[in-house]
Amino acid sequence: MNFDHTASRRSFLKASAATGGGLLLSFKLAPLGSADATTGEAALSAFIRVSPDGIVTIAAKNPEIGQGIKTSLPMIIAEELDVDWKDVRVETADVDAEKFGVQSAGGSTSIPRNWDNMRRVGAAGRQMLVATAAKALRVPESELTTASGKVIHAASGRSLTYGALADRAAKEKAPDLAKVTLKDPKTFKIVGVATKDVDGPSIVHGKPLYGIDVSVPGMLYATYEKCPVFGGTVKSCNLDDVKNVPGVKHAFVVQGTIPPGEVGLNVGLSGGVAIVADTWWQASVARRTLRIEWNLPDSATQSSQGFAARAAQLAKQTPEVSIRKDGDVDAAFKGAAKIIEASYSYPFLSHATMEPQNSTAHFKDGKLEIWTPTQNPANGSAIITRTLGLAAKDVTIHMVRAGGGFGRRSSPDAMLEASWIAKEVGVPVKLVWTREDDMRHDCYRPGGFHNFKAGLDAQGKLIALSDHFVSYGKNGQFASMAMMGSSTFPAEFVPNLSLGTSLMPLGTPTGPLRAPGSNALAFVFQSFLDEVAHASGRDPLDFHLDLLAERRIATAAPAAGGAPVFKPERMSAALKLVAEKAGWGKRSLPKGTALGLAYYFSHQGYVAHVAEVTVAANAPVAINKIWVVADVGGHIVNPSGAVNQVQGAVLDGVGQILGQEITIAKGGVVEGNFDTFPLLRMRQAPPVEVHFLKSEANPTGLGEPALPPTLPAIANAVFAASGQRIRDVPLNKVFRSGAAA
Amino acid sequence: MAISLTVNGTTHTVDVDEATPLLWVLRDVLDLKGSKYGCGSGLCGACTVHINGVATRSCVTPVAGVGDSAVTTIEGISQNPIGQKVQEAWLEIDVAQCGYCQAGQIMSATALLEKTPKPTDADIDMHMSGNICRCATYNRIRTAIKAAAGEPVKKEA
Ligand code: FES
Ligand code: FES
Repeated sequence: MNFDHTASRRSFLKASAATGGGLLLSFKLAPLGSADATTGEAALSAFIRVSPDGIVTIAAKNPEIGQGIKTSLPMIIAEELDVDWKDVRVETADVDAEKFGVQSAGGSTSIPRNWDNMRRVGAAGRQMLVATAAKALRVPESELTTASGKVIHAASGRSLTYGALADRAAKEKAPDLAKVTLKDPKTFKIVGVATKDVDGPSIVHGKPLYGIDVSVPGMLYATYEKCPVFGGTVKSCNLDDVKNVPGVKHAFVVQGTIPPGEVGLNVGLSGGVAIVADTWWQASVARRTLRIEWNLPDSATQSSQGFAARAAQLAKQTPEVSIRKDGDVDAAFKGAAKIIEASYSYPFLSHATMEPQNSTAHFKDGKLEIWTPTQNPANGSAIITRTLGLAAKDVTIHMVRAGGGFGRRSSPDAMLEASWIAKEVGVPVKLVWTREDDMRHDCYRPGGFHNFKAGLDAQGKLIALSDHFVSYGKNGQFASMAMMGSSTFPAEFVPNLSLGTSLMPLGTPTGPLRAPGSNALAFVFQSFLDEVAHASGRDPLDFHLDLLAERRIATAAPAAGGAPVFKPERMSAALKLVAEKAGWGKRSLPKGTALGLAYYFSHQGYVAHVAEVTVAANAPVAINKIWVVADVGGHIVNPSGAVNQVQGAVLDGVGQILGQEITIAKGGVVEGNFDTFPLLRMRQAPPVEVHFLKSEANPTGLGEPALPPTLPAIANAVFAASGQRIRDVPLNKVFRSGAAA
Repeated sequence: MAISLTVNGTTHTVDVDEATPLLWVLRDVLDLKGSKYGCGSGLCGACTVHINGVATRSCVTPVAGVGDSAVTTIEGISQNPIGQKVQEAWLEIDVAQCGYCQAGQIMSATALLEKTPKPTDADIDMHMSGNICRCATYNRIRTAIKAAAGEPVKKEA
């Protein structure tokens, strides 16, 4: 049930697996020496500073995009350091791979990659303090314990505070992270306790926190107009008119560096026109006077309509590429007692982060400094150095809290544009995209078309399944995130199975959107399996528990860093619990109201949903409630953040199914704002009841895996309530959704 | 042109074009960055401020139209006892994910509670549906509004 990871994800995992011992240590602790003369603070490592009064400042190494990592990673360090959370202050780390390792947000990887790391960083700090105390008290380390920021010698009743020890402890040799002693998780006091977001007070008081709030002395503001079709360049434009608008300081054409035929937000700088003014509003007013003639790429003829027509043609042919073949589907279909066939589709989607893309940059004396709400500073640095011809050491990136990410801010386009403009004008520049820029220049969740066939035997057992997936890409390569992996569920659980694909070339960039791959595949597979369950005459819950009970094809040994192995017993447990919580089969519901279930394994998380909906004539589809059970390992680092993430992911899915669709016409994107691309609103948001099923030792990430089951759970409930199957989303193609702005 | 503007109790004179939306005057001239840009078209509520106590989308409000009305922004809302309660409830319930929309949510929630001290779910739906939260913290926003209204709060986690 997993997809092929992109090359960069795979190579990272390989690299970290190679560091050995199952540890993902991509950095070492370096000794930092003595205390800061002015603050009296002593640094135990790049992650931990302790002041004489015992206040501990912990560096949050990864970008904060609303997933709560700025709170949860420091919680893990504080736990092993053995301090009270009330004494902890958190600050965002600098971007520095040597000190902090990989600093990115994506793939729900921050917790699984850093759980062990962060525990060891905290434990190393504790060890340095204990070693110092042992010398000071002249007792063996083994007689010392720690608690609440103190080293305690119980035998003599003496204790020393971390604040008193830190200055000397900072001079201790940095411990080998692989060898430090970790706490028994049963004694955890911070991990597992609901903890409030560390930036909460700044958020509710409107303090400047986000990329768009950055202010640098002498700063000007920029807006940047790009071709509506990706890869287009400026043929001619009326720069003189623009320069006459009050407040405008600079207006110039940027040729861009997109190699012809290449598509993606990290292949180069898009061409366009930059306008730099005293205020952003003046730059925006000036932009209205802009008249540009574009050199359009070939993809300017592409459209959603054209893709749908082409996909329907391709569906009639044999798939161009086989993804997986088990048994003999054709023979099995011939011998089947019942055949079920259905075609599904889903649209392109935009990320629509609440904070539009922006970056502030300052180029001076050959050095570039950037303040940016990024999910992946290293990716930005790589393309900026390449495009601007700078050395990596001359580019400094400051990570700033992001107003939402969802995968969008892994792309470095706004950072690159701001850097280019700043280099041209020589003073600090803040580039802010309009909402329309943001929606029309995204890396979209790719749409797709699936053509299914299934065969049941006389006992109603699923014996064969095939899918011809019409997707985007060329030369046998999927466009970014337009993939389907060979382990896509129910692969391995059906004896005869065939997955194949045919690809259509696409000129529009695509990329990761929360739970990439899974967010689309879960909808089509879990919906189609529900059709199969109904055709078999079984209750969907029983049908799925039976399906999960027997692995028909042995799992290929996973390659190093490959997709994690799916454990069906964990999924069955989640499914049973969510059915129980929702009263599956136990509650009598009014006519037009029904439950639907779905589950999915993604990002190492096992998540099952039940949705309750009401479908009534002349009323929008009402989603009454969604129950969720998630198994993401044995520890929920921050239960408050975790529930918030699950609710957010589920409601993200609700918004998608109700009315979200990006349309391509003439090679560009039609929708530009929330009137035509409706985000979920309060009145449409059902309560989401969340339960965690704690299973295995190491926790895995939670930003993504709760989204995929949402769409099929709703679609399956709509079928149960109305008899109408939703095979194309958003559902407002068939139903009223109430999703208009 | 010089325009006088009273924000959070202080009167400023700003030199901007009169059509400039209030949002950009607040953010880039007065350096009050709490009100956010989300859509620029009155569709998302991220820029919500109070003008004489009425929740208003500052991104579509020309600054010249404000006149001598009192503008309150997120930076000044704790001077209003209801606003302060709302902020406290937001912290207690740990509402925010990315937090970007929350200034606007708090401004709208405060305006709701000023008119309707004990809002029903339907009141909340009607009044808060102009404020988008892309992170979809809607369950917690609802709980926090009820907490600010003094209703008992069910623990979820
Ligand atoms: S920015 Fe004003 S309503 Fe969206
Ligand atoms: S908390 Fe992110 S948009 Fe509301």
